[in-house]
Amino acid sequence: MVERRPFLTFIQHAVLILGAAMFVFPIYLAFVASTHTAAEVSGGVPLLPGAEMIRNYSLVLGEGISAAGAPPLWIMLMNSTIMALSITIGKIVISLLSAFAVVYFKFPFRMLAFWTIFVTLMLPVEVRILPTFEVVAQLGMLNSYAGLSIPLIASATATFLFRQFFMTVPDQLTEAARIDGAGPMKFFRDILLPLSRTNLAALFVILFIYGWNQYLWPLLVTTDESYYTIVMGIQRMANAGEETPQWHLIMATAILALLPPVVVILAMQRLFVRGLVEVEK
Amino acid sequence: MSNIQINNVRKTYPGGIDAIRGITLDIADGEFCVLVGPSGCGKSTLLRMIAGLETITDGSVSIGDRVVNDLEPAERDIAMVFQNYALYPHMTVYGNMAYGLKNRGVPKDKIKVMVDEAAATLGLSEFLTRKPAQLSGGQRQRVAMGRAIVRQPQAFLFDEPLSNLDAKLRLKTRVEIRDLQQRLGTTSIYVTHDQMEAMTLADQLVVLNDGAVEQVGTPIDVYNRPASVFVAEFIGSPPMNLMPGEIDESGLVTPAGVVAAPAGVRHGAVTIGIRPEHLHPASDGPLRLKVRVVEHLGASANAHGTVPGHAVEMIASLTGADLPAKGETLGLTVAAENLHLFDPETGRRLH
Ligand SMILES: Nc1ncnc2c1ncn2[C@@H]1O[C@H](COP(=O)(O)OP(=O)(O)OP(=O)(O)O)[C@@H](O)[C@H]1O
Ligand SMILES: [Mg+2]
Repeated sequence: MVERRPFLTFIQHAVLILGAAMFVFPIYLAFVASTHTAAEVSGGVPLLPGAEMIRNYSLVLGEGISAAGAPPLWIMLMNSTIMALSITIGKIVISLLSAFAVVYFKFPFRMLAFWTIFVTLMLPVEVRILPTFEVVAQLGMLNSYAGLSIPLIASATATFLFRQFFMTVPDQLTEAARIDGAGPMKFFRDILLPLSRTNLAALFVILFIYGWNQYLWPLLVTTDESYYTIVMGIQRMANAGEETPQWHLIMATAILALLPPVVVILAMQRLFVRGLVEVEK
Repeated sequence: MSNIQINNVRKTYPGGIDAIRGITLDIADGEFCVLVGPSGCGKSTLLRMIAGLETITDGSVSIGDRVVNDLEPAERDIAMVFQNYALYPHMTVYGNMAYGLKNRGVPKDKIKVMVDEAAATLGLSEFLTRKPAQLSGGQRQRVAMGRAIVRQPQAFLFDEPLSNLDAKLRLKTRVEIRDLQQRLGTTSIYVTHDQMEAMTLADQLVVLNDGAVEQVGTPIDVYNRPASVFVAEFIGSPPMNLMPGEIDESGLVTPAGVVAAPAGVRHGAVTIGIRPEHLHPASDGPLRLKVRVVEHLGASANAHGTVPGHAVEMIASLTGADLPAKGETLGLTVAAENLHLFDPETGRRLH
């Protein structure tokens, strides 16, 4: 964009600001709601933050909302983190290795293997949820971290991405490494992994959020409160039986539930911005 | 001893492409061998088979006294410089040069000594902490060289290492490579399609054509006695003049006139080759050239034109002040020993 027209600049900024505001507004409302008392929120959320912030948050963090039928918040946060991290790391490891195998090794039915992996992309958890539940139940993995994460790992979302990336790595780099005496795994560790850094960081963010936001699956496989995740916890609070939902506390929980993904994004962003700046010629 | 022997080597790519059709070569210890030929003639394929990056369909390759057909590239004790350098982009210059040593289990302090020494040889000492992206093309080329020499391998393999440099740097680096190779005395095979590079670098020049050896010899040999029309056209700049002719009792009948034939050539149709620099102006010379363009090169000038009355193109390389003008018809003479005669059917040399 080299055009220098003040009016155009103004329009561009207006559109951008409007767009950003539209996305931020619900989050702002949630935050505002979490800083008032229950009575203040019940009639409709005010537009300015109230004075109850510290009380609400310490309540949620400390005692949890026992009345809402959910375990203390920190347990749910921990469960979500464990689940999201397992899914992310599991998926990345599997897809890195399978993409590596598919691109760099010649074995019979190589493309069949790749397409089989690829097809799993088209079958998200929701589609295969009944058979998956059956299998997980029979394996006795209900109410466990394994049950929460393994079935979600088993779709190689990122294999395709890594395959495409590995195919752009020049053959001569592979050959230079072979001459330098790097075996396949050494090549993978010393050359491919560092070159994939930017992709890894971006994927980590996407997959972490994917894992964090899982709702239906945790709801199905956990009946034990100590395995509840934060997303389903919030949902339970909102449907807390007879009582009116305690919106101010629910909103405080929701805001807290936002934090780990934000932390992950910020941490990874540093990594992939650095990756992008150091673009190799 | 690290001579390289290539014994009747063949390469057939999947799909039945015969890239190399039986090549036998002997490269002596410490020799600089240049493989030259037009694009697609199989130079890279042959080099990559020696490096171990490509399987050998038939025949054998030995380095030193080992047959290396079934050895991994790393076990062949060779180093290769690639056309695009293939430096590891995420490693520093030091890391690039040290990687091969590290993989061979050389102790850290020894690696440092070796890398520092190689870097000093190539004038890379001040760049050791930089990444390849922070270097100029010429510096990257030197890092690629550094990565090759630091391991002190038995042989260097170069695949058009200079083709990404500008003309001036190419000239300078060419001399540096030759100098380095002579100092280290390492057997080297160098692939290029630039005949100038080939002539200046080679101890042994191998001209390849369509997967087979066309001629092997010292550059001067190849230049003075090209074994075929193909070599005659490929080596030398401007290229050799070629024209049809016939030998009979009167001598050699050329489109441009009759000249004395070299001794010992059979009568009949021939292809005549004359190097542009062997044509000398002589007002009563037997050859005629109608000048179309004169190229001034400073020390000499090239007169391009046609033989009057024929569609034969001819170039004469002239020195001296008295240059012809455009449209002029020039009389030229050539000494009998500077005539090259080839069989028009097979393209092979006749004498
Ligand atoms: N992987 C491959 N599969 C099939 N055919 C190939 C393969 N690599 C090269 N060839 C063919 O083998 C022949 C020789 O190729 P090669 O790369 O050795 O040529 P070259 O002499 O190095 O040419 P250039 O000067 O353009 O690099 C060509 O006809 C090419 O099409
Ligand atoms: Mg080539």
